[in-house]
Amino acid sequence: MTDTTQETSGPMLAADGTPLKRSLAKALRAQKLRALALIAPLLLFVLITFIAPIADMLFRSVDDSQQGTVHGTMPLTAEALKDWDSSTGELPDNAVFDAVYTDIFVAAENKLHTRVGSRLNYERTGSSSLFRKTGRGLDDIGEVYQDQFEDLDPDWDEGTPWAELMGSPDWLTSMQGWEDGQPLPPFELRDGVADLLPRTAAIYRVFADFQIEEEEKSLLDEEPWSIVHTRLYEDLRDGDFSTYAGPRADMVKAADALVDTAEFETIALKDGFEAIDEDWLDIGLWQTIKAYSTSYTAGYFLNAVDMQKTPEGVALRDENQRIYGLLFKRTMFMSMVITFSCIMLAYPVAYLLANLPMRTANLLMILVLLPFWTSLLVRTSAWKVMLQQQGVINDVLVWIGIVGDDARLVMINNQLGTIIAMTHILLPFMILPMYSVMSTIPPYYVRAAKSLGATNWTSFWRVYFPQSVPGIGAGSILVFILAIGYYITPEIVGGNTGTFISNRIAYHISSSLNWGLAAALGSILLAAVLILYWAYDRIVGIDNVKLGG
Amino acid sequence: MAVETQAVKRPIQFVAPVAGASGAFAGVFVGAANGSVLLGLLLGFGILATIAVVLLEVLDPGLEKTAKWVLFAAMAAAGFLLGGLPGLVVGGLFGWFFGWFIYWLGMGRYRVPLPPYLTAGQVLWHYGFRVICGSIFVFLITPILVVMPLSFNAQDFFTFTPEMLRFDPAGYSLKHYRDFFTSSEWQQALRNSLIIAPLATVLSVSFGTLAAIGLSGEHVPFRRAIMAILISPMIVPLIISAAGMYFFYSRIGLQGTLLGVVLAHAALGIPFVIITVTATLVGFDRSLTRAAANMGADPVTTFFRVQMPLILPGVISGGLFAFITSFDEVVVVIFVGSARQQTLPWQMFTGLREQISPTILAVATILVIISIALLTTVELLRRRSEKMRGLSPG
Repeated sequence: MTDTTQETSGPMLAADGTPLKRSLAKALRAQKLRALALIAPLLLFVLITFIAPIADMLFRSVDDSQQGTVHGTMPLTAEALKDWDSSTGELPDNAVFDAVYTDIFVAAENKLHTRVGSRLNYERTGSSSLFRKTGRGLDDIGEVYQDQFEDLDPDWDEGTPWAELMGSPDWLTSMQGWEDGQPLPPFELRDGVADLLPRTAAIYRVFADFQIEEEEKSLLDEEPWSIVHTRLYEDLRDGDFSTYAGPRADMVKAADALVDTAEFETIALKDGFEAIDEDWLDIGLWQTIKAYSTSYTAGYFLNAVDMQKTPEGVALRDENQRIYGLLFKRTMFMSMVITFSCIMLAYPVAYLLANLPMRTANLLMILVLLPFWTSLLVRTSAWKVMLQQQGVINDVLVWIGIVGDDARLVMINNQLGTIIAMTHILLPFMILPMYSVMSTIPPYYVRAAKSLGATNWTSFWRVYFPQSVPGIGAGSILVFILAIGYYITPEIVGGNTGTFISNRIAYHISSSLNWGLAAALGSILLAAVLILYWAYDRIVGIDNVKLGG
Repeated sequence: MAVETQAVKRPIQFVAPVAGASGAFAGVFVGAANGSVLLGLLLGFGILATIAVVLLEVLDPGLEKTAKWVLFAAMAAAGFLLGGLPGLVVGGLFGWFFGWFIYWLGMGRYRVPLPPYLTAGQVLWHYGFRVICGSIFVFLITPILVVMPLSFNAQDFFTFTPEMLRFDPAGYSLKHYRDFFTSSEWQQALRNSLIIAPLATVLSVSFGTLAAIGLSGEHVPFRRAIMAILISPMIVPLIISAAGMYFFYSRIGLQGTLLGVVLAHAALGIPFVIITVTATLVGFDRSLTRAAANMGADPVTTFFRVQMPLILPGVISGGLFAFITSFDEVVVVIFVGSARQQTLPWQMFTGLREQISPTILAVATILVIISIALLTTVELLRRRSEKMRGLSPG
């Protein structure tokens, strides 16, 4: 063999004649590909079912372009407010009021204005009722014109004349042939009407689309919204109709003449809004709307750390509105207390288990593993049974006379209840890593220390304890990570003072429907957990997580 | 040969006061239950010290068994006089314990398992430490044990009624179990749990096992990153997973569907499968698959005939973990599911929040029994797999 290699002196060849190096690389690549092919389905599964939702949540915490936000539901306002300088202290001009008028009117028809109201209410209290009121009151502005046009000619309050005026002849024909049950023909504007009555045509188009797509009603039967009349007035005021000869020319000309008379009653938009609610003349409201009219916002995050945007920049909220800082602090503090009590209780047990003979240790291990395997709900309900005022512990204490019947201890629906129950629930997660570290500590170091004259305490503290610290570290991080995200137990035994940030997140998802804030709070919590997870991976290694001994 | 410590009789001047002290401790509780703490304390001390003197000094050591029985009977009778049936039980327990304790102490038997050179302080610490550990074990196990008898309560109370303490049969009933088995809500919840958990388990076990085999190869690119992603459902707090899934699944129309809940639970179970199966694969001898391939088996045959039987214990216990994860899970199902997917834990959660009925305790007892069964299975599997891999004798 040695002879041949020396003779050829070229690269080593595999059996099929390719160089060995290349052949090896090929085999290695095939191996890698096979491994990836085996992992790929699961990876894809986890990415779709788990990572994508988390990413979605992160996105939601800054997203402000959904329906029900200023950007999503009041696009004209968001656009118009771009030119307004919020720091001058002057109210926005008429163009902005005009945009708000259209936006809220359309939103109210779509029943979205209350959602914008609630969205802004997170930033400025009172917005919710303001928007609800405004949605109801905006008709007052349009009706000023609507009534006058109707008095002039009742046809102005009918569906068909409007449809003839605004719609294209083709559309009108198919509309007239429409019968119930068929799909409605999509609306088309008549040629030239957009030049003749630009504003009216624009809002009528929105009205028509809404009737056809949302309400599925015939435009021939539906009188237009009051805002259409307002726009008609504006167009008539500004335009010249003497040469108009299209459909309903008489109606239009008569109305044009009416608008030009001195008796024709008009109302400035600003006054109309003031009549609905004086808040519309408050500069602070406009500042809030402008601040939250972008499609991405830091507002939810600011809210989650008790701050808000003000014209002067970012600032802390009023003292009485700061709740999340307190909640985060409480979550951290209680998780630390729970972790600490777990260390105190787990250390002796783990030490005992690690130093007992195998058979006894395995038996006692069952006492640790049984709670670990028992349903969380079972353990939580057990603690509810134990801790409540008419519960087992209080009954026993009263029976043996330590506490009076009228002075039963309050151990539930407060922080104490949460701490006791969660310490119990998380204790196995501390004992198991500690045990696995302690059972690898060789006993002869302590013996050596003692034979060198160390006292019991010194040999424990200077020799044994330092070797067991990795177990404490692993267990503590695990317990802490689990504790700060806990929801069920604090919800049931925590009352008002013993709840965590998770309970607030759940509240915002299911009760207050402030999903953005829930997402922002969740993102902050997630960041905290990921930092701890990273630390855990560095200290323990994620591959070394052990389950059940 | 190891040095054996001999049991040496202890002086009565030491034993009597210690026995008296333990008697005083017990006496405090008996006294408190009967009105006077101080009297109980003094009487307990006196009685126990006297008993210790009588048993150890007066009686012949050969009469130990008889003496213990007499003490047991006497204490039980005294307890019955003081507190009826519960008193009988407590008294009997006291009698049994003190009989054992006095002889254990007086005859110096407590020294036997310890090295002879230990000082008195070290001996005290040795047993004191065990008492501390014992009380922590009590803390761990009591809540679970307390639930069981309470589930047989005849009343709708979450605590022991006087009838139960008197062992009056009228105080016990199976009515909460009957409620559970006849209530349509609970049965629907049970059915949902039994549909969702197995489906989620099958999903996570089949994907998870394949991936674990892939991950256990020697040359896996981005191994750490992939592992971190696959383990993340276990680390991310449930409320965050639940929130994210709620948002995302409503976007793609899975929110409120059975499929959505199953997928979510499968994702949560995957880390457990990955961890247990990769741990099993650490001990797997790769030359076995090579040998199979050498003899002409294709990869699929090799997998099912050679690899699978060997890693099966790991796969099964991973599956059990995944099952219990889904079976116990409540946060995600609350958000991702709708009322039609209400599972057992969800029903319990609602019940606990609104305090409707102690049927919860009956369900809890059933669940404890299920978890004992699962725990036993997992432990047996673990031992079997360790034995197969030669990691532990036994």
